[in-house]
Amino acid sequence: MSAHHSTMVAEGADRWLVREELHAQPGTMLGFWLYLMSDCLIFACLFAMYGVVGGNYAAGPSPKDLFELPLVAVNTAMLLFSSITYGFAMIEMQRRRVNATIGWLAVTGLFGLAFLGIELYEFHHLIHEGAGPQRSAFLSAFFTLVGTHGLHVSFGIVWLVTLIVQLKRWGLTDGTRRRLACLSMFWHFLDLIWIGVFTYVYLMGVLR
Amino acid sequence: MTPATPEPRSELATLLFGRLSLDSIPYHEPIILVTFAVAALAGISVLTWITRARAWGWLWRDWFCSIDHKKIGVMYMILGFVMLLRGFADAIMMRAQQAMAFGDAAGYLPPHHYDQIFTAHGVIMIFFVAMPFVTGLMNYVVPLQIGARDVAFPFLNNFSFWMTTAGAALVMASLFIGEFATTGWLAFPPLSGADYSPGVGVDYYIWALQIAGVGTLLSGINLLVTIVKMRAPGMGLMQMPVFTWTALCTNVLIVAAFPVLTAVLLLLGLDRTIGTNFFTNDFGGNPMMYVNMIWIWGHPEVYILILPLFGVFSEVVSTFSGKRLFGYTSMVYATVVITILSYLVWLHHFFTMGSGASVNSFFGITTMIISIPTGAKLFNWLFTMYRGRIRFELPMLWMMGFMFTFVVGGMTGVLLAVPPADFVLHNSLFLIAHFHNVIIGGVVFGVFAAISYWFPKVFGYKLDVFWGKVSFWCWQIGFLFAFMPLYILGLMGVTRRVSHFEDMSLQPFFVVAAFGAVLIGCGILATLVQFYVSYQRREQLRDFTGDPWDGRTLEWATSSPPPDYNFAFTPRVHDIDAWWDMKRGGYVRPTSGFIAIHMPKGTAAGVILAGISAVVGFALIWHIWWLAVTGFVSLVGFAIFHTFNLKRDFHIPADEVTRVEDARTRALAAIGA
Repeated sequence: MSAHHSTMVAEGADRWLVREELHAQPGTMLGFWLYLMSDCLIFACLFAMYGVVGGNYAAGPSPKDLFELPLVAVNTAMLLFSSITYGFAMIEMQRRRVNATIGWLAVTGLFGLAFLGIELYEFHHLIHEGAGPQRSAFLSAFFTLVGTHGLHVSFGIVWLVTLIVQLKRWGLTDGTRRRLACLSMFWHFLDLIWIGVFTYVYLMGVLR
Repeated sequence: MTPATPEPRSELATLLFGRLSLDSIPYHEPIILVTFAVAALAGISVLTWITRARAWGWLWRDWFCSIDHKKIGVMYMILGFVMLLRGFADAIMMRAQQAMAFGDAAGYLPPHHYDQIFTAHGVIMIFFVAMPFVTGLMNYVVPLQIGARDVAFPFLNNFSFWMTTAGAALVMASLFIGEFATTGWLAFPPLSGADYSPGVGVDYYIWALQIAGVGTLLSGINLLVTIVKMRAPGMGLMQMPVFTWTALCTNVLIVAAFPVLTAVLLLLGLDRTIGTNFFTNDFGGNPMMYVNMIWIWGHPEVYILILPLFGVFSEVVSTFSGKRLFGYTSMVYATVVITILSYLVWLHHFFTMGSGASVNSFFGITTMIISIPTGAKLFNWLFTMYRGRIRFELPMLWMMGFMFTFVVGGMTGVLLAVPPADFVLHNSLFLIAHFHNVIIGGVVFGVFAAISYWFPKVFGYKLDVFWGKVSFWCWQIGFLFAFMPLYILGLMGVTRRVSHFEDMSLQPFFVVAAFGAVLIGCGILATLVQFYVSYQRREQLRDFTGDPWDGRTLEWATSSPPPDYNFAFTPRVHDIDAWWDMKRGGYVRPTSGFIAIHMPKGTAAGVILAGISAVVGFALIWHIWWLAVTGFVSLVGFAIFHTFNLKRDFHIPADEVTRVEDARTRALAAIGA
């Protein structure tokens, strides 16, 4: 009645059943990837919001008046460097060297903190100048988009510290390697979002 | 509500309690007081009953902390039922008000209360009735249909359920502490902004949905990975049962749509809480951006609800026609096409925005195109029945009711898709009749079909047929009485969400509609009676075979209720109707040689995390900042703590598997199977 596919088995019950223990395919990477895509959609909405109301200054300051590109360039460099150092951590992980992995993770965390520090300084500066998120729809969208990214980086750093502790405790087990790989995707994903922010919000903002 | 506070609050009180005060409890509103008394009595009696049965430990260990997809599925269904009662109470109150409030009669509901009721009705029915039902069904059935032992991330599954429940709890709390939104179920700004809705109602709305939304998104990811990664050997994508296919598409929609809701509610929350200007009328805000974004989530959402029920109807119609589903491939492609098209129609919800003829035409045409794959599905079901050996069991009854009702709803939908017609019918009762026509006729009938179809699988006995038929006919006839008048009223130009009418000639229509709502109430009651009677008669209704309907898919291959591990041995699949193939192909159930089975372990972490989330939500709603911060920090802290727990699985020993399977062997022998 049915075509005998590649799973054809010799005889008896084994045509219908797997008699030995069946290991399910690991799904964590796919699941985490799906989560990242959903997160990406949140950013897509924030970008869309910025795209629509980003020119509504309400007689307030415009990007040209506010953004200091050299500062943003330094900031961008911090985040890009942190992605490279995370890459080094992953290479050390592949070589199964726990301490080197932890070392590069720590460097990554420091770059992340530097990025956050500069961002907070920028926010503080803008609010101090009277260009806070309440001033205009443009600034609401700016603070929300950049701030949401910053919040993600903060979470990434908390996660990174947690992983360093777990690496110290358990070493490079299957579990910790899987978690490192997830955080790696998360970290590079944030880099990617930042490139969008840097280009679309800062560079094009100053050109506009 | 929120009357001007008689005396200014002390700074300390504001610091400690935010906006919350004794005045927030609506003790001066008799209707709410009575509701509260009834709810409190019911709650206390349930709690007493559990305590007297000494069931707390069992409930906590075996259910609340369980990561078994079957138990979580059942808990989703129970949540859906409880919230259905609440949502229906709102519905009957609205129908009663509109039947009374004509001319000099003001009705019994003040406008402010009426507005909260229609908002709560919509929010509850979509987010806390339909969604839990759909998620519960997918949770229970999908792993069984694909021959898996559980979902891909069992702990996340438990966590998702409790987040949904936490959201529901916040909505329920709004009834007795403060107020709910008065904005309609999608809370359009500027009405939902801080200027026009200064109370806590919209904040309840935002945070309840944000918390429940986390649950929905995670469960979507979970089921997607489950379907992609955990299918039994031999089950290619085009061998999946149709219900699993529709579940796959629904979860794609969930993952792709819910983040938009999260984002847009975040922005509205920021507008209300810290005074940003996304959707305000001044400072460059753009309220229509909210309407666009929420419908970019909202239209896929209606397909998230209906697609799995299309899957249910496909399973039901082929089982009870004793035939393979007609046009499996076209059914799959129709589902996928609907999935994609559902993203290209959102603007039909607001043709009146004024985006111009070309934009409106585009969205009108895409909307009409959706009726093509849907029509293909209907013909497939009809052709499955054609020359089938049809058994008119309860699920089939709901299926027929669906085909009749849903087609009408679909056609009025195509009418509304014509932009010039929509300009006349926009926001009218015609629209209300249309979407109740598809949601009741499609989603609700589908859920009842699914419950009567899979109930014997879940509990090991069939549902009582007589009370099931009473329920079906009450729903079917009640639906016609309740919503046909609304079509007529809508065509006459009556708009939605009105709490008082001057034109006495409209009253008979509303009285008829109210009668219909009462009939639907009888249908709900009959279902509850059905559950009770079936439980009482469970020994007569018992099914020992695990396959009471002569089913076709893998969930019928195991016992009813299935053991914790679902299948002693993972099945190999050679056909779309895998179990039918096994039955016809000489499959013999193994009675020896069992091996230990690797299973995930229960945990309280989901309950705790969701509980803290509810507290954080409550604190944010009432601006109790210290509590929000403390709660948030403990939420993150506990989540980190949970990542240090590595004892997440165990093996069911081979002896235990043998014991369970031997019991089944004896039961089957006793009935001579």
